[in-house]
Amino acid sequence: MIITYLNEEKGMGIRMIQKIIGVIGCGIMGKGVAQRFAQHGYKILLIDSQNDILEHAKVEIEKSIQIYGMFNREQNINPKVVLENISFSNDIAELRHTDIIVENVTEEESIKEKVYRELDGIVKEDCIILANTSCIPITKLGSYTSHPKNVIGVHFMNPVPMQNFAEVIQGYYTGEECIRLTRELLQDVGISCEVINDSPGFVSNRLSHLFMNEAAYLVYENVATPEQIDNVFKKGFGHKMGPLETADLIGIDTVLASLKILYNEYEDSKFRACPLLKRMVEANKLGRKTGIGFYEYI
Amino acid sequence: MKEKIRKFLGKFFDESSVQDGDNIFEKGLVNSLFAMQLVTFIEKEFDISILNQELDIENFKSINAICSLVQSKIDG
Repeated sequence: MIITYLNEEKGMGIRMIQKIIGVIGCGIMGKGVAQRFAQHGYKILLIDSQNDILEHAKVEIEKSIQIYGMFNREQNINPKVVLENISFSNDIAELRHTDIIVENVTEEESIKEKVYRELDGIVKEDCIILANTSCIPITKLGSYTSHPKNVIGVHFMNPVPMQNFAEVIQGYYTGEECIRLTRELLQDVGISCEVINDSPGFVSNRLSHLFMNEAAYLVYENVATPEQIDNVFKKGFGHKMGPLETADLIGIDTVLASLKILYNEYEDSKFRACPLLKRMVEANKLGRKTGIGFYEYI
Repeated sequence: MKEKIRKFLGKFFDESSVQDGDNIFEKGLVNSLFAMQLVTFIEKEFDISILNQELDIENFKSINAICSLVQSKIDG
């Protein structure tokens, strides 16, 4: 459980990393990350600026732990014990003593920049920051801090408590020690990873967003229905989910936001968002979270 | 109620191959990734709130089991 590493540079010998992990952001990913690490015995400090969101998160995490336990009985998960591993706070300054932070705030560059600049004045010099982003370059996030060698991208997969893979992204200045520690940390909670180089959208979203966007165009142009498109993926290609079901699960607003980032970063028209996605966001047809997207859920 | 549940399950597998009493988990048709979506669907579709003590696989293992749970919640 306890991670150890050799800090030769400072001549400190083997040092134990404190088991407290700061998790910033109480959205779907933040809650999932908190649950996953808490289930493996880590103490979590879950931070969000809004108290009502924190209250809501507590209830949702409890239910999620219960559901996870229902299907993983051999793990003997006690929701009460897991929940006790998570502390909730609206004060980001409480992260000053943590050694590891997982940042999960909204996928908007200006919001993330504000958080990283704020963290820079709070956290310890050697605190590593795992940026949970699906598109934003890690080098850019690192540049908002004084210690970019300690910033690394970890693109967790949703739902985090159940997905055993993550895409790890090393920014231009990410240090070897940070990479090694991240690998160990993920391995400790049963998540395998591929470490790749920095690029907006990384591997997963450069591929998946092209598929989702083109699938939206197929609906927009009345070439096929969402069911037909997803069936081609599932029955034809053997995927578990089709691109439009995936878009509904992620949230149409999030997909659109990511496409905008990709479009701006590469200045390449292949990432131009389908107008249908924009209309759906304007109509609040955001997928599962609003009950309607490409499919109806209520 | 059964039809609504069947329609939902149809998004994950060919529901016509499943009898009302078949254990969908034992048949390997779904895994734990599907569980959260199922619980969320039931709560929204039937406007009920499933309590933590009701989160037992016995209540979700088959179409009949899900119907019994929902009916008992509606009946209060």
